[in-house]
Amino acid sequence: MLIKKAADIPSSEITPKSVYLRRREFLQAGSAAVAGAGLVAAGWNLWGGDAHAQGGGLPKLPNVKKSPLSTTEEPSAYQYVTSYNNFYEFAPGAGDGPKKNSGKFKATPWTIEVDGLCNKPGKYQLEDFIKPFTLEERIYRFRCVEAWSFVIPWVGIPLSEFIKRAEPQGSAKFIEMTTLVDRSRFPMQSTDLLEWPYKEGLRLDEANHPLTILAVGLYGEVLPAQNGAPIRLVVPWKYGFKGVKSIVKIRFVDKQPINTWQAMARNEYGFYANVNPMVDHPRWSQARERRLPSFIPNRATQMFNGYADQVQGLYAGMDLKRNF
Amino acid sequence: MPKPITILKAALFVAALVPFGLLVWGYHTDDLTANPGDYITDQTGDWTLGTLFASLCVTPLRKLTGWNDLIKLRRMLGLFAFFYVTLHLLTWIVFVNYFDVPSMVADVFKRPFITIGMATFVILFLLAITSNRWSIRKLGRKWGSLHRLVYLAAIGGVIHFWWLVKADITLPRRWAVAFGVLLTARACWWYQKRRVPVRPRGTALGKA
Repeated sequence: MLIKKAADIPSSEITPKSVYLRRREFLQAGSAAVAGAGLVAAGWNLWGGDAHAQGGGLPKLPNVKKSPLSTTEEPSAYQYVTSYNNFYEFAPGAGDGPKKNSGKFKATPWTIEVDGLCNKPGKYQLEDFIKPFTLEERIYRFRCVEAWSFVIPWVGIPLSEFIKRAEPQGSAKFIEMTTLVDRSRFPMQSTDLLEWPYKEGLRLDEANHPLTILAVGLYGEVLPAQNGAPIRLVVPWKYGFKGVKSIVKIRFVDKQPINTWQAMARNEYGFYANVNPMVDHPRWSQARERRLPSFIPNRATQMFNGYADQVQGLYAGMDLKRNF
Repeated sequence: MPKPITILKAALFVAALVPFGLLVWGYHTDDLTANPGDYITDQTGDWTLGTLFASLCVTPLRKLTGWNDLIKLRRMLGLFAFFYVTLHLLTWIVFVNYFDVPSMVADVFKRPFITIGMATFVILFLLAITSNRWSIRKLGRKWGSLHRLVYLAAIGGVIHFWWLVKADITLPRRWAVAFGVLLTARACWWYQKRRVPVRPRGTALGKA
């Protein structure tokens, strides 16, 4: 059994609340010094200095391997990564709505259906789906299309290893993934905020890229509901909305899928959604971003979110302005 | 004992400062989300519409209740709308663009929701600087025409909000209805008032 009960966590691994609550004193002292130097803007960024308050007391994932594909950048604090989310099934817009509205979300039991153009279709319980693979920690930059970003220590499996086992047929060119539809668990699915179910897709070569993972955890623990429990897609060189959450269906198809946001606003969101500082969203610039928590844009957006060396070959010769 | 309108005015003054106070408090307690820049931008935008709405409620309420003293609230509420729109503009300059002037200038021309937002700010600015007694006296009849631009500001504010949301139009739609009611009421009154004098003598109301 992969998913353990919360009681299995040694209490020594949980940051004592008293320490956690005193983080402000430390930060205030620090920012006072900075303010003294006149670096007010830098002080805003220091605000996130408590990244070591790790984990949220959810069940730990066992036997997680480190990966050379991880960035060496400091991960964003668990508290922020789990309280600032876009998850329209729970709440409209980015913020703490998904956290607030997902308290009762249950991710067990969970079934994933694999079908379409592959030789090994099937239905799996989540545990059985994950069992054949080694869990890896992948610390990735995460860039939202809304020009904010985090660094997130995901735990997951390379999507390519799942694809190998599913044995896609030669005619399979794309992979399509679908979020659960369940109004009792996803309150906003009772509205017409988006077209449900949420769908995303990748070209098969993108899906097979070593950076692409199916994540089941965060900070060594199972995913909190608001981050896409129990299993979600993570494609670090693309905008966050490509990372479809709470996946129940994976299909191999021959035609390019219409992903949800593309269906919502074709002129604003494309199929590729590669992070690209040169291609603005129609309503805002993508040239800079806020590495949260921060009041202000504090870094330049990197081409392919800093993964250009690894992934630009996938798009050789393509017009990225047109295929945004 | 102060007059009721004086008490009401003081109470509204404090109430209109509450959203601002909550932001200051939220900053102090580290409670403005991981993306405080966006949060403050949204809040100040909302309260620009909120105070603008309140200021546009004054005249209809005065007509409905016959309590003419209510007019003494209008300038204060309008100035609060200017207060929040100014904060809103500042968040855009600092939190969104961090003083990148070329980018801001380009955005005003390139992105329609910013164009209309900026136009709305300009209107509210003009109204705020001409809201004093001296301007009222100096401008005479023109003052009334100028301050009717507030209706344009209300429409501009709602369109600005509508165009910037990503998917959830619940809130802009709600504001559109709210302002729509106020503007429709005014249109009806204006229409009635205009019709009466041109009616031929002896024609009974409603029969023409």
